[in-house]
Amino acid sequence: MSLATSETSATGRQIPDRLKSAMQRFLGSWELLLLVVAVAVFTINSFASPYFLDPWNLSDATFNFTEKAMIAFAMALLIISGEIDLSVASIIAIASTAMGFAVQMGADTPVLVLIGLGVGLACGAFNGVLVTRLGLPSIVVTIGTMSLFRGLSYIVLGDKAYTGYPPGFAFFGQGYVWWVISFEFVLFAFLAIVFAVLLHRTTFGRAVYSIGNNPVGALFSGIRVPRVKFALFLLTGLMSGVAAICLTSRLGATRPSIAFGWELEVVTMVVLGGVSILGGAGSIPGVVIAAFIMGMVTFGFGLLNVPGIVMSIFIGLLLIAVIALPRIARQVMARRKA
Amino acid sequence: MSGSILKSREAILGGAIIVLVIAIAARFPAFVEPSNLANVFNDTAPLIILALGQMAVILTRCIDLSVAANLALTGMAVAMLNTMLPGLPVPVILAIALTLGAVMGLVNGLLVWKLDIPPIVVTLGTMTIYRGIIFLISGGEWINAHEMSDAFKAFPREVVFGLPVLSWIAILVVACFALLISRTPLGRAFFAVGGNPHAAVYTGINVGLTQCAAYVISGALAGLTGYLWVARYAVAYVDIAGGFELEVVAACVIGGISIAGGIGSVGGALLGALFLGIVKNALPVINISPFWQLAISGSAIIIAVAFNVTSSRPKGRVILKKAEHAT
Repeated sequence: MSLATSETSATGRQIPDRLKSAMQRFLGSWELLLLVVAVAVFTINSFASPYFLDPWNLSDATFNFTEKAMIAFAMALLIISGEIDLSVASIIAIASTAMGFAVQMGADTPVLVLIGLGVGLACGAFNGVLVTRLGLPSIVVTIGTMSLFRGLSYIVLGDKAYTGYPPGFAFFGQGYVWWVISFEFVLFAFLAIVFAVLLHRTTFGRAVYSIGNNPVGALFSGIRVPRVKFALFLLTGLMSGVAAICLTSRLGATRPSIAFGWELEVVTMVVLGGVSILGGAGSIPGVVIAAFIMGMVTFGFGLLNVPGIVMSIFIGLLLIAVIALPRIARQVMARRKA
Repeated sequence: MSGSILKSREAILGGAIIVLVIAIAARFPAFVEPSNLANVFNDTAPLIILALGQMAVILTRCIDLSVAANLALTGMAVAMLNTMLPGLPVPVILAIALTLGAVMGLVNGLLVWKLDIPPIVVTLGTMTIYRGIIFLISGGEWINAHEMSDAFKAFPREVVFGLPVLSWIAILVVACFALLISRTPLGRAFFAVGGNPHAAVYTGINVGLTQCAAYVISGALAGLTGYLWVARYAVAYVDIAGGFELEVVAACVIGGISIAGGIGSVGGALLGALFLGIVKNALPVINISPFWQLAISGSAIIIAVAFNVTSSRPKGRVILKKAEHAT
């Protein structure tokens, strides 16, 4: 995110202390605002379509966001620390391809899971080494690995697809723990708690915030900045691997175009959740609510037969609006004061 | 000092291209026949035009990921216009394409300038929005060759002095950019804004306005390429040039344009685009599946950016060695 951080330094020296207090006050109400939006979306949806309130339909709706949200948790930490990873969707593609390849070799479910997680970790480590060891800007590195990882998947698969996953493997994406509660939803809830604790209740989490607010200051206060950042890239890779397992299991097939464009939706989810794209601020509860909102909106549009590409316009607008509106509000406030 | 590094960098890239071409020619002599090389250049022309626009944006510490979507939307718009008004002369279409592209660039520029939103977020957003609008205006339909007028399709392929118009336009854009970068206040402002925004402000340069201007230029060139692309391939649909923005950024990064802003040259962007164009055209010749293309440009970005950083790192006085890593 060197592009973004350089932006702040470009605007002037007086910003940091003033911005901080404004942001903190603002964040206090952001999750509440999100919650109101979520309830509104839920209510509108249940009036717009008679099928919305069916428990099984609602359960299906959660699949719209669970996999993306798993990545979004890790991405939130990464963005708070001032970096970004645009290669997450491509990591899903390469991890899924590796698992598909292993199936052809006769691998069984436990091996597949290990391969999915392993490839995710390896890709995260690759990004992390390039960013922390060579000091390259994460935005360019991950734009590069975004084509590289998916490109490798294309080299292996071309226009073909891997199928024939073992029956036991289907549980991750299609299994239900109890009644309409799917395995993916339970995993999503569990990871939400893990990440919330990690970010808000541990020294690691505090280190992530301080790196995002002031990397040099964090270094001077004894935080091993490169190591923390490397860990965050590993974590993002790992979560992409988890998402790859769930998605592959749910679809039961691997194509190189799997999860195409998800990086945008994940970043949108994180930003909608109140994480500052410039780093240093944000929370996991915000991301969780944002995940619900995006999932419900997508599902509601789906019930109303709106084509996918029109939904992507909406997501693009949402991404820009979510960042622009607070800024416009702040500009108007500043003008009123003056 | 940075000038000499840049020169040697372009020499390295130029050398790499020559070695690449000789290596291909050693096994497939037909590749280096003038007519084939002209074909390769013509094929690379859209990439060259877009890479130059992207260069202006990257010089000012921004990035434009919406160029391919802009290209596709403008292409679709002029193609639809052509089916409705087949009599519209080509210069008018060119003017419309340029304007439409520039307006889309202006939207990016204003969001970056007036609202101070990070460029990557703005253009990721507008990328999907522009793509989506193509679907909205076209209803997901294709516009095929037989629906376009002959004059509309013929323009980029018209051969003048041995080269198609498409190639000449690329050459013209390169020439204009060489002038713009080295001989105009705006060109200098791009470097000043990217090199040191604070200093640029004190010199009286409006940083936001300069960035916005770069976006408008990039957008206008994307619009121009949109018409040329659709006319050349004689088809317009939602997904044309999908993922092309990455190739454009790759061309710039390979050409030695620093993503941190302020460093780059027209020659670098041109060579970077030619390098990718030659690789792309050589793949089928040496019998490698076109599916390799994506991975190759990805690796090229990573290698080039690693090379950029290591060759241009120590700037100013470093007091705490490790602090550099942190930022």
